[in-house]
Amino acid sequence: MIDSASLLAVLPELVLTAGGLILMLVAAYGGDASARVVNWLSVVTLALAGLALSCSLAHGPDAFDGLMRADAFSVFAKALIYGAAAAAILLAPRYFAVDGAPRPEYPVLILFSAIGMGMMVSAGDLLTLYVGLEMQSLAAYVLASFMRQDERSSEAGLKYFVLGSLASGILLYGSALLYGFTGTTAFDGIAVAMGDGVSKGELFGMVFLLAGLAFKMSAVPFHMWTPDVYEGAPTPVTTFFGSAPKVAAMGLAVRVAIEALGPAGMDWQQIVIFVALASIILGAVAAIGQTNIKRLMAYSSINNVGFALIGLAAGTPAGVAATMSYMAIYVVMTIGAFACILQMRDAQGRPLESIASLAGLSQSRKGLAAALAIFMFSMAGIPPLFGFWAKFLVFDAAVGAGLTALAAFGIAASVIGAFYYLKIIKTMYFDDPAEAYEASGGAVENIILTACAVVIVLGYLLNPLLDQASAAAAASLF
Amino acid sequence: MDGFPILSLMMAVPMAGAIACLFAGANSARWIALIATLADFVLGIVLWAGFDQSGGALQWQFQEFHPIFGRFAWALGIDGIALMLIVLTVFLMPICIGASWQAIQKRVGEYMAAFLFMEVLMIGVFTAQDLYLFYIMFEAGLIPMYLIIGIWGGADRIYASYKFFLYTLFGSVLMLIAMMWMVHEAGTTEIPALMAYNFDPHVQTWLFLAFFASFAVKMPMWPVHTWLPDAHVQAPTAGSVILAGVLLKMGGYGFIRFSLPMFPEASAQLAWLVWGLSMVAVVYTSLVALVQSDMKKLIAYSSVAHMAIVTIGLFAFNSAGIEGAMMVMLGHGLVSGALFLCVGVIYDRLHTREIARYGGLAINMPKYATLFLLFTMAAVGLPGTSNFVGEFLSLMGVYQASSWVALVCTTGIILGAAYMLYLYRRICYGDQVHADAAAMPDLSAREIALLAPIAAAVLWMGVYPESFLAPMRADIRALEARLAPAAPAGDSHVKMGEPKPAGEGHHEEVAAHGEAH
Repeated sequence: MIDSASLLAVLPELVLTAGGLILMLVAAYGGDASARVVNWLSVVTLALAGLALSCSLAHGPDAFDGLMRADAFSVFAKALIYGAAAAAILLAPRYFAVDGAPRPEYPVLILFSAIGMGMMVSAGDLLTLYVGLEMQSLAAYVLASFMRQDERSSEAGLKYFVLGSLASGILLYGSALLYGFTGTTAFDGIAVAMGDGVSKGELFGMVFLLAGLAFKMSAVPFHMWTPDVYEGAPTPVTTFFGSAPKVAAMGLAVRVAIEALGPAGMDWQQIVIFVALASIILGAVAAIGQTNIKRLMAYSSINNVGFALIGLAAGTPAGVAATMSYMAIYVVMTIGAFACILQMRDAQGRPLESIASLAGLSQSRKGLAAALAIFMFSMAGIPPLFGFWAKFLVFDAAVGAGLTALAAFGIAASVIGAFYYLKIIKTMYFDDPAEAYEASGGAVENIILTACAVVIVLGYLLNPLLDQASAAAAASLF
Repeated sequence: MDGFPILSLMMAVPMAGAIACLFAGANSARWIALIATLADFVLGIVLWAGFDQSGGALQWQFQEFHPIFGRFAWALGIDGIALMLIVLTVFLMPICIGASWQAIQKRVGEYMAAFLFMEVLMIGVFTAQDLYLFYIMFEAGLIPMYLIIGIWGGADRIYASYKFFLYTLFGSVLMLIAMMWMVHEAGTTEIPALMAYNFDPHVQTWLFLAFFASFAVKMPMWPVHTWLPDAHVQAPTAGSVILAGVLLKMGGYGFIRFSLPMFPEASAQLAWLVWGLSMVAVVYTSLVALVQSDMKKLIAYSSVAHMAIVTIGLFAFNSAGIEGAMMVMLGHGLVSGALFLCVGVIYDRLHTREIARYGGLAINMPKYATLFLLFTMAAVGLPGTSNFVGEFLSLMGVYQASSWVALVCTTGIILGAAYMLYLYRRICYGDQVHADAAAMPDLSAREIALLAPIAAAVLWMGVYPESFLAPMRADIRALEARLAPAAPAGDSHVKMGEPKPAGEGHHEEVAAHGEAH
């Protein structure tokens, strides 16, 4: 039975669905000429969906008998997802304009992906989880191979699709096992069934489920697709992949771990600790040798996911709050960094991707170099930039939960990561100038870039707000 | 001065200057930086004048507290120890700017901005009263210093900048974990409260080691000192001055503010470690300094030796030793800064740091030779100069704790005299073998204006150290009292001989007689 409270609780999804369908028709009938309008209307749709979040929160926390959740946690994650999706749309037109072909279907695909991501973070049932995940993924496969005349892009799309389907299969198998051994697909039902001890079957189901989720957030050992997809996909799509789906996958993993698998905490904690440390170390070490900045960002995202998982490993409300805060700060840094990378264009406006082309940027494009340096120092976790605070929160949560050794090990490994971020700064500031980039960036790019940089530099003033929001989000899971 | 946020203002002035420099042209950036640092120096004098050093004064003064960052606060405040280090910072900064006036020709605005930002962070480190605020300031200093070494440094600057950055970062991150643990345990981030909190002695050992990893690298202590010679040699002159003059003092400040008062038991328990490393450092790095052919490297190694005297003094667990350590820090800040400036003066003329390329400069550069001699003597620790006071007090202090440590470390003074006088002889005396070195002009008015204030301060500190000791005395007494229950016994106390048993009545009479005297 569908009641109006449930419909109001999923109002953001309804707004996005309606907007996405209408804009798809506009794009189909308007053709490439409508690209500009569709772009802006998609951003407006995302903004409206963002406004609808407050309505959703008011009618939560459960919708459709627990199939969907509309709690503070999902609102926190969705706000991030919509923001990141809007940024990915706004950053795109200049990139696609190089080929002379604006793409109205790009923003529409992102809208559909955003619906899927919204379902992921508010799933209260294994079925909703799967539907949301597939919806997000299908849009993402298409986006990865968006530049269909470009071989690398097609390759990226294919790789992503094949490996992604495999991961979906694993996840589905895990769900089936959990359903078989607990007799329910609802998260709270699974938690009740696991309350009397974790059986072998449940354990297997849990491991498969977590493996599937680890693929989606590109955590080691399921990270293999990330560098290729990041490199091959068009840069605006990479911006998107690096931000919103990460939040969705992380939000989903946190919710599943706490709400559904909460009683098996001791079992998944070891898995999460291993995955976290492995991601941190592999992400850091493998990034050192990269010469393509998008590949480097891929390893950087693996590295960052590892840090965010440390908060989950703590398994406490403070830990969950730290993970979500980490994702919030990470999204800002990633979008800022990609806004810089999108401006790496030669004099003809063709995009460049090699790190070597950044040489001496601080002399030709002072502002751009300073912004990228801010994001890199921030990702390396150097105070006083906000990226430090993200790391601080997860490690503080780990220490608070008694995992001091994990925190010490993780933070020591973060020094390895600092090395390759420094390499970019070194290239920009210490090396002799290479061929200069295009003289100036687009207005929208610059605004997004500046906004992100300001947040990263002055972010500590937002601390009370972030603390409050993330604590409320975490509290709604426990 | 009540309620006026002078400490925040001291950080705001260089911060505003830094932002202005980023957008200014080369020449205006120089003037902005000079004016900002001079204004900060004036504020520093006002701060010193306003500091209440009478017996009954509060330990923490000029306190500010604004809980604007959620989990930690913008909490500032200073005691006498911090005051002296702040005064040292604001005193050296205008000199650094002056030293870069002509030596830096490319990207002047960014250079000046980096230095001013550095000043903000250094003042922040010495004034922070919140554990996390301290960490942020402490760690953030890596960014400007990395850029200063990497952009304006010498030939091998990239290697040196990486080494500096990663070494010090690795040292500090473990400290952060220890800080988190402490905050969870004590339930506060306020440094004064933590200084009075008694941590479990077993845990103290771990906490001490985590902090030690950070401060020992920053200090730097043997064997983690190897980043220092590289960084010094490659950094521009002013970078070396600020590195040796102030940044190294952050390590010493960390020991005095955190390690000793927060973990007194662990400090006493691990004093042997500090002593051992310091003894090795004094002897080994002095010998290494003796064979250097690069002037900056020589002074860098001598810095390591001098900082070992600081750690020795700190871990003497008595007020003589700690006062001495503070005086060495202040004196070394001035003297090593001045020596790097002296090197910079002739480097600017001949563009080489090879000692062998100079010789006989006393003939064509008499003013230079005179000032250089003064600083050489101060580095050796000649009575009447700043370093004598500090080294004497430190060694006297540690003698009460361990006479062996005092014995070994005193050889540092002899070796110090050897390498410094040898350096001076090779540069200023002897024949003028190189025509280009012989043709160098003497100090310009600008260079005299840079070196003369330091010379005056060095002599002031040597002749009347009371001006500098008075503000710190009460704080050091308080620290000594905090350490007293844990302090090691010491091996150099005079023991009264046991009187031989003689006639009972007679003995008592003698004792009474003795007391009457």
